[in-house]
Parts: sequence; C-alpha cells; structure tokens
Amino acid sequence: MSVARPPGEPRRVAYLYLLPAFVIYAAFLLYPIGRAVQLSLYDWDGLSVGRWAGLSNYAAIVADEGLRDAFVHALVLVGFYAVAPLAIGLMLAAILNHAKVRGLGFFRTVVFLPQVVAMVVVAVAWRRVYAPDGTLNGLLDALGLDSLTRGWLGDYTFALPAVGVVGTWFETGLVTVLLLAGMSRIPPELYEAARLDGAGAVKEFFAVTLPSVRGEIAVALTLTVIAALRTFDLVYITTRGGPGNSTSVPSYEVYHRAFGLSQIGSAAAIGVTLTVIIFAISFVINRFADRGAS
Amino acid sequence: MISRGERLANYVILSAFAAFALFPILSILFAALGPDDSADATGQGLSVAGLHLGNFSAAWEIGHFGSYLRTSLAVSAFVVVVSVVLSIMSGYAFGTMRFRGQSVLFYLFMLGIMMPSEAIAVPLYFDLRSLGLIDTFWSVALPQVALSVAFGTFWMRAYFRASSRAIVEAARIDGASTWRILWQVLVPPARPAVVTLTVLVFMWTWNEFLIPLIMVTSESLRTAPLGLAFFQGQYTSGFTLLAAGSVIVATPVVIFYLFLQRHFVRGLLQGAVRE
Repeated sequence: MSVARPPGEPRRVAYLYLLPAFVIYAAFLLYPIGRAVQLSLYDWDGLSVGRWAGLSNYAAIVADEGLRDAFVHALVLVGFYAVAPLAIGLMLAAILNHAKVRGLGFFRTVVFLPQVVAMVVVAVAWRRVYAPDGTLNGLLDALGLDSLTRGWLGDYTFALPAVGVVGTWFETGLVTVLLLAGMSRIPPELYEAARLDGAGAVKEFFAVTLPSVRGEIAVALTLTVIAALRTFDLVYITTRGGPGNSTSVPSYEVYHRAFGLSQIGSAAAIGVTLTVIIFAISFVINRFADRGAS
Repeated sequence: MISRGERLANYVILSAFAAFALFPILSILFAALGPDDSADATGQGLSVAGLHLGNFSAAWEIGHFGSYLRTSLAVSAFVVVVSVVLSIMSGYAFGTMRFRGQSVLFYLFMLGIMMPSEAIAVPLYFDLRSLGLIDTFWSVALPQVALSVAFGTFWMRAYFRASSRAIVEAARIDGASTWRILWQVLVPPARPAVVTLTVLVFMWTWNEFLIPLIMVTSESLRTAPLGLAFFQGQYTSGFTLLAAGSVIVATPVVIFYLFLQRHFVRGLLQGAVRE
C-alpha cells in the first residue's frame, strides 16, 4: 500500500469496512423489504401455497372500508401527534425564548422525559388515566362534570382522540426542545430591527421568529408525522384497534392481518404502502423546507 | 423589559405544562409505591417510611420480571456492541474514503433510517420460520442490529467527515494502517459521538416492542416491554403490581437519560436531520 495517498483517492479497502454492516443490513432489512413487495402480490395464509393476486391487495386498501379507515385514523393521529404539538411547542418556545426564565434546564429535562419511557409503560399509564374508575373521570367528578365521565377507550367517538392526546403528550416536549434550540440561534439584532419598525409581539413572532425556525419545524414535522403513521405499541396496549375498528391504524392492521387473520399478502401490502407514504411525506416536508430556505 | 405580571404568567404556563408532562409518569410511580390494591394481597410486604417497596419484589416474582430484564439486557448489550462497532467501521468508509458505488450504497443505508419495522417484520417472520430461527435470541437481536446500523452509519459518517483531515494524513504519512488510523487516531476523540449513538441504540432496543412480539413465543425470551404487555393482559386483580412492573421496565433507560441527558436530546433531535 502506498504511503502518501492523497485523501479522497479511491480505496478498495473501503468495501472491507462496509462488508460486515452491509451483510446484516442486507439480510435483515433490504431482503425482507423485497420479500414484502413480493408477498404483497400474493394471497397467502402462511401455510399452503400462495395464489397470485396481482395488485388486488393494494386495490383493497382503497376499496375495503376497514382498511381505508385505518389510514384515515392515521391521518387523524397526525393532527394529534404533529400539528397540535407544533402549535403548542411554538407558543411555549416563543415564551421561553422571550422571557429569560429560570429553571429552563429542569423544564427541558421534564418535558423530554416522555420520549425515553418505553411506549408500553406510557400506554399502561394512560390506560389508568382513561379507565372508567380512572384519574380523568375522578377529575371530572371533582369538578362537578360527572355527566361527561365515560370509559374513554371503550367509546366509539372518544377512543381515537384519547389515543391521539397521548401522542400530543409525548411529542410536545420533543417539538418544544427542538424549537427552543432553533430560536436561541436567532440573532438579537433581528428582534431589535423589528422593534424599531414598530412591530408588536405578534407581528415580531410571524416576521422574525417563525421564518428563522423553518428548518426546525421541518425536522419536528418529519419526526412527529412518521411517529403518528407508525403508531403501534400504544394502540396494541390500549385498544387493540377497538371498539369496533374505531382506533385501527395501518401498523396494527399489518400485525392483525398477518398473525390474527392469516392474510399475509394483505399485511405485506399495507406495510409496503405505509413505507411509501412515510418516504413520500418526509421527502415533501424536506423539499418544502429547502425551498423556503433558499 | 418584561413586566412582573408577564413573568409570573410565564412561570404559570411552564409549571402547568411540566405538570402535564410529569403527571402520568408520577401517577405510575406513586401507585407502585402505595399499598397493594389487589384483592388477594395478603401481607403488605416490606414497607419503608410508608413506601411499599415490597410491591417491587412481589411484581418481580409474580410477573417474572427478573427473567424479562435478563433477556432485555442480553439483547440490548448484543445490539449495542455489534451495531456501534459496525457503524463505526462503515461510517469510517463512507466518511473518509472514496470508492465506486459510494453514493448508491449510502442511499441504500439511508432507506433503513425511515423504514418502519412493521414493513419488514412480517416477511422476516416467515423467512426465519422456514430457517428454524424463529423464537431464538438471533431472531430478536439481528433485525434490530440491521435497523440500528442504518442510523449508526449515517451518524458516524457525519462525524468522520467533519473530523480533521490533517491528523489522518499525518498518521498515514507515518505509515499507520487504515485499521490503526481508525481505532487509535479517529475513534478516541469521537467519544461524544459514540456515546450518543450508544445511548440511542440502547434506548431503541430496550423499548422495542413489535419485533420481540412477533419473533418470540417462549416466555424465557420475552423482553421487558413484552413481558409487561403480557403481565398487563393476565394480571387484572389490581393496579399496584402492574405499576411496579412498569417502573421496573422504564427505570434503566430513565436512569441513563438523567445522567446522559445531553446525548439523548442531541441524538433524538438530529436523528432526522439530513445534511
């Protein structure tokens, strides 16, 4: 091997360094996603010989009401996981950035905590909150609003929003911390200039703060939208898609169809569709942010 | 500049929000430390200063959390060590070398960062079943190595690209091999990046639910979150022991978080940031 190779010169040894990671990655991720595409084109019960189905498993996602609902529910969850945390996070971060409050470190530690607690534990905790004799109903009783009490997770109307609020709960901290980091990098001169122009707090927010954190907003949306579309653990523990199918979501349908109903082809088609949607959405969000920045 | 009233209002908003974030977590903790509410609870076990620590040993025994923690620990240790080492090597190749097919290979790795495990778990189950590998340690650990290595490669590549070329060049002129340059020149100052990667992979692996749920049937291979889910389904005579089990499952990652908070925040926030 020559000693004085300039950097950036082609090196075949690179393949050796890549090989171990690539072998595991290819065997346990690339190959399975290829197999998922293949399986999605068959009707297969997991035991007998599969029957060619063409694109009918994909057509069912649009035609089958139950499946379509699962994707609609995921869309509703995006509102709770991504839109609401972004609105709340923008407000909180703007307040924190504006007023130099004490205890910011503690606040950051606390609001970020839900991100690191296992989702199964989160689900157990919130089941308790929503239970018929749980904390939420206790609170409503104490406030004299006992007419509103119900078994929240067993209610056809309220089960999906109840699951969504859990999403709002654990994503808002992440979004707030992310936006705070972005806002702390805005040069103070921008605010002074806005103030000299006679801008009030609201105008200042829309003219200075919001455009400056466009990149952070894109990252926050990418993370939270993907999390919303991938919701599985939470639904599995709290509702199992019920009551009826009022909280069924794509990830849960993948699991349920593959291992509950033995419709492997359909499960694979939902998984592939979900993957494509996730890639498309993160591509669009980042495109949007890039164009806005330039 | 800021009026006293405004400052007070800010503190009120912040406290309200912090309380909202903490409330479900604290309610689990308090339930776990309270008296056992199950109908068949006989003696209340060990109690120190009003804290019913006996609940934890009761949950540990009734819920078999000892076995679940052991599995989780083994799986996490394997996934963390293997994927961090492999990510350092592949990140080194992508970050400091130039070779044919580099960008195609890199984009292939990037697919894995956003890939939902739901999409790959189903075909993996059936392929591993025909290989007789289902319900083994490997069926739980290796898919998670694959998922982690995608992010790890991205993470370490970004670090190595930004690290000083001059040091590498100097080592090269001294005749150091690429292997020695990596482990003796580049990795020691990369410790913060490696620690961040380590805590993230540990957290993801410890908290992972879907892959163990699909791959494991025997109880001895259940990970901590999976064990908790089963415990929740089977043990319905009270909330105290379920809360104690939840605390047991969540504690390892929370402790890491409290000590290495910066790494968690940095990693999770930059996880989706592409260059």
